[in-house]
Amino acid sequence: MAAYRSVRNLDWALILVAIALAGLGILQIYSATIDTAWRSAWWKQGAYLCAGFFLMWLMTRIDYHTLLGQVPALYMISLGLLVLTPLVGGYVWGSKRWIPLGFGFKFQPSEFVKLVIVLLVARYVSELRSDRLDVRDLVKLGLLVGIPGALVAAQPDLGTSLTYMPVLLAGLFFGGMRWQHAVLILVAGALLMPVGWFMLKDYQKARLETFLDPMKDPMGKGYQVIQSKIAVGAGGIWGRGVARGSQTQLRFLPVAHTDFLISAFAEEHGFVGILVVFGLYFLLLMQIVQNAQAAPDRAGMLICMGVCSLLLFHLLVNAGMAVGRMPVTGIPLPLMSYGGSSMLSVFMMLGLVNNVRLRRFAA
Amino acid sequence: MRYLRAEKDPDSIPERPLFGDETRFAAGRIAVFQYVIVTVFIYLLLGYWDLQVLNQEFYSEKAEQNQIKSLPILAPRGKILDRDGRVIVDNHESFRLILSRDSLRPAHLRPIALGLNMDPAELEAKVRRYQNQPTWFAIPLKEELSLDELAFVEAFRGQNGFPELELIRSQYRVYPKEGLAAHLLGYVGEISDAELNSPEWAHHNPGDLIGKAGVERYYNDLLSGVDGQRQVRVDNRMNTREVLGVKDAIPGRNLRLTIDLDLQVVAELAMEGKRGAVVALDPRSGEVLALVSRPAFDPNRFASRISAREFNELIQDPYRPLFNRALQAQLAPGSTFKPILALAALESGAIDDSFTVHCAGGATWYGRYFKCHRRGGHGTVNLKTAIAQSCDVFFYAVGNRVGIDTIAEYAEMVGLGARTGIDLPGEKEGVVPSSKWKIRTQREKWYAGETISVAIGQGALTVTPIQLAYAIGGIASGGVFMRPHLVRQEKPEPPARIAGFRPENVRKVVDGMCAVVNGWGTAAASRIPDIEMCGKTGTAQLASNDLLRLKNHEDWHDNAWFIGFAPGTNPEIVVAVLWENGAHGDMAAPIARDVIKAYFDKKARMKKPAQPPASLASAWLAPPALDRKKR
Repeated sequence: MAAYRSVRNLDWALILVAIALAGLGILQIYSATIDTAWRSAWWKQGAYLCAGFFLMWLMTRIDYHTLLGQVPALYMISLGLLVLTPLVGGYVWGSKRWIPLGFGFKFQPSEFVKLVIVLLVARYVSELRSDRLDVRDLVKLGLLVGIPGALVAAQPDLGTSLTYMPVLLAGLFFGGMRWQHAVLILVAGALLMPVGWFMLKDYQKARLETFLDPMKDPMGKGYQVIQSKIAVGAGGIWGRGVARGSQTQLRFLPVAHTDFLISAFAEEHGFVGILVVFGLYFLLLMQIVQNAQAAPDRAGMLICMGVCSLLLFHLLVNAGMAVGRMPVTGIPLPLMSYGGSSMLSVFMMLGLVNNVRLRRFAA
Repeated sequence: MRYLRAEKDPDSIPERPLFGDETRFAAGRIAVFQYVIVTVFIYLLLGYWDLQVLNQEFYSEKAEQNQIKSLPILAPRGKILDRDGRVIVDNHESFRLILSRDSLRPAHLRPIALGLNMDPAELEAKVRRYQNQPTWFAIPLKEELSLDELAFVEAFRGQNGFPELELIRSQYRVYPKEGLAAHLLGYVGEISDAELNSPEWAHHNPGDLIGKAGVERYYNDLLSGVDGQRQVRVDNRMNTREVLGVKDAIPGRNLRLTIDLDLQVVAELAMEGKRGAVVALDPRSGEVLALVSRPAFDPNRFASRISAREFNELIQDPYRPLFNRALQAQLAPGSTFKPILALAALESGAIDDSFTVHCAGGATWYGRYFKCHRRGGHGTVNLKTAIAQSCDVFFYAVGNRVGIDTIAEYAEMVGLGARTGIDLPGEKEGVVPSSKWKIRTQREKWYAGETISVAIGQGALTVTPIQLAYAIGGIASGGVFMRPHLVRQEKPEPPARIAGFRPENVRKVVDGMCAVVNGWGTAAASRIPDIEMCGKTGTAQLASNDLLRLKNHEDWHDNAWFIGFAPGTNPEIVVAVLWENGAHGDMAAPIARDVIKAYFDKKARMKKPAQPPASLASAWLAPPALDRKKR
């Protein structure tokens, strides 16, 4: 039993890579906010990093099976929080996503729901008797993930609600979804697209339109993407140096310490810097995949792959939108973007992965 | 151990280990997923490679454009002063609103136009006009903002409103009230496309305010100075972060005119409500003392970038307020031509002192009966009485003796038929007919009967008021002709022409002109006590049919002319007056008398140094009225 908790058995490569990424993020936040009203963000981020580290340790200690056993309760609490958020939350940037905690701290339930979704999918899929998912399972799982997803989308925070999707898809994929069903879902999705279009808010439609053609409204909705591309492109191979990116420093680049942090980083550190960051992310993801392969059971594997697909999705959407290859969606770059809730939830997920790893020698 | 835990927690799931087939299945799908991860990374890296390696130069340039901004520093335009140093045209501090094209957003044009009380179509046309200019080159929108426009700009400037709006320090032109000397001073306006393409204005940029008429235009290069530039690094809120370089503006030079504001005001007041022109010159130097054209316009309206609508109103006004009658009205001189003909006759030897004509109210020449303006006739008249009483019959006979080509020769000698060369744009030549002129222009030979009309200043002969002042001033000065000019010369100019008139001939003509005012002449009512004013009235039929479409009966009246100078020998001032449709020459004489009287009154006043020169002029130079802002 002691072996489970052995510090030596932790995935140190994973932890060091995560800390390296968070460190680079703090440096970049420092550089991007050096003379703005946000200039204290870097040390706050450092504080979140410490808190995240603590939560990661906590998530490593509690056996993931215990957590899986609490999924129904966790799920109900999640729904409760998501319903509560718009009631007590104040508007920030036009949506109600946070629950104020007092002392200037606020808590974003949708970030922690990610964790619950990971556990929920892992439990549901691992409990199945068959190796193959049938249509009833698809519908049930879809609804279970869809309800909190819809609540988050209604805040409105379409970006975060979309991050639940890769977890669901990973669950279906590793749970043994039939190829025919996958095709069926794709076709149904394509058919439902026009309906979905009407459900989108105007600004969301505009973002998609902008993604397809940013020059349509260069100073309006396309502004962020254009400025971000200029920042990235101007960075060149070697970058313009720390705190020397004119796009970032002269604030042409919007939200350079949160959603567009990667653009600021790319401007100041160039393609070489991007290679380093992507290399770290690749290591991180591969490390998680390795832990999935070594997982002692189906549920552990599903937890790891859920976390992996979620982080991959974040990276794809955030780093992709910075170069105009994904629509602008306000989701953070894991570990690097400024933001406490995201930092904490990512570290907690890494804690889960470590949790699975520690128990790999079981049985 | 796992199972132990599972048993302790009844809600926990039964575990399904990854054994057997399950392992193979999961391992297979994880392998597939690894390809997904690699694909995502390749997709992303291609995006960064594309921007950072393949297109780095393109985006670096864009980033550079984002931050460097060039703001013009406007050179203040030189002031315009009168001969005594009184400021006629001044500048007032103001702001120029410019549209920065770096951050221009087409969708903003309409709300900006509406907020600034501009026509959106006009603004769009303006933006289009700058298409070929570098984007750092800003578009000037307005010179002088009203309070509500200023409030609009202040409220919506910046990143969350219209980042393209920017205010820079500027000065606007303030002209005297009620269009005083408007034609002489001219006005400033935005340079037009046609002007930009002409070599004359090649050193100007689009959006520049340039002199469009009058002194403002003629001396534009002196007055305008050279604009400077400020290069700054700005952030996306257009806040200046760093000044990279400053090129100071070179202010325009002040211009001191020869105009005497006191005389100008007297002449303006005398022409109040009339159409016509007054030109007062010092024949000794050619200095223009006053120059009036009526109706006038308010140059202040142009100073803030007049709108196309306002400009069209002025252009389409049937009374043509923009037309400078003093330089551009080409009209028959009527009897004011008689002294010139008399001199031509004496100089050419066509007549001598003893030449007399009997006037019975008319005479027949070449089969046609020509009337005299006095129906009863003047009886027997000699040169002096003929000039004094403006006897037409006498001059029919003189004209016939001299012949058209000699008349033309002398008319041209005194400056008719050619521009005087005054330093104002747009001067016209007038027409001096001759046999050669007729063949050249109409391919017909001259008929002797036409000479009879020309003899009394009718027919094809046309002059401008400034020409007439120049001609009579030169004759009265004994044949020394000075080019009229508005700006004081550092060194006196040489005469434009010296005509070797015999002094006794000049004396005879001048005596006749002095009798016009001081004897029993046509302008005897305009005599000034103690001052020997001489002159000649003229009543001329309309030369152009421009005004025939007007319904007003008075517009059909003859034009009234008066040309006067004082004193009789070595005159100091010569005044030409044109009163369109003034009916008769003696109506115009009092206007010249007022100006000449004001000249000598002021001269007398200046001799007593204790008295400050009280003048009417100050009323015109008061600060601009606030109602200018209402527009």
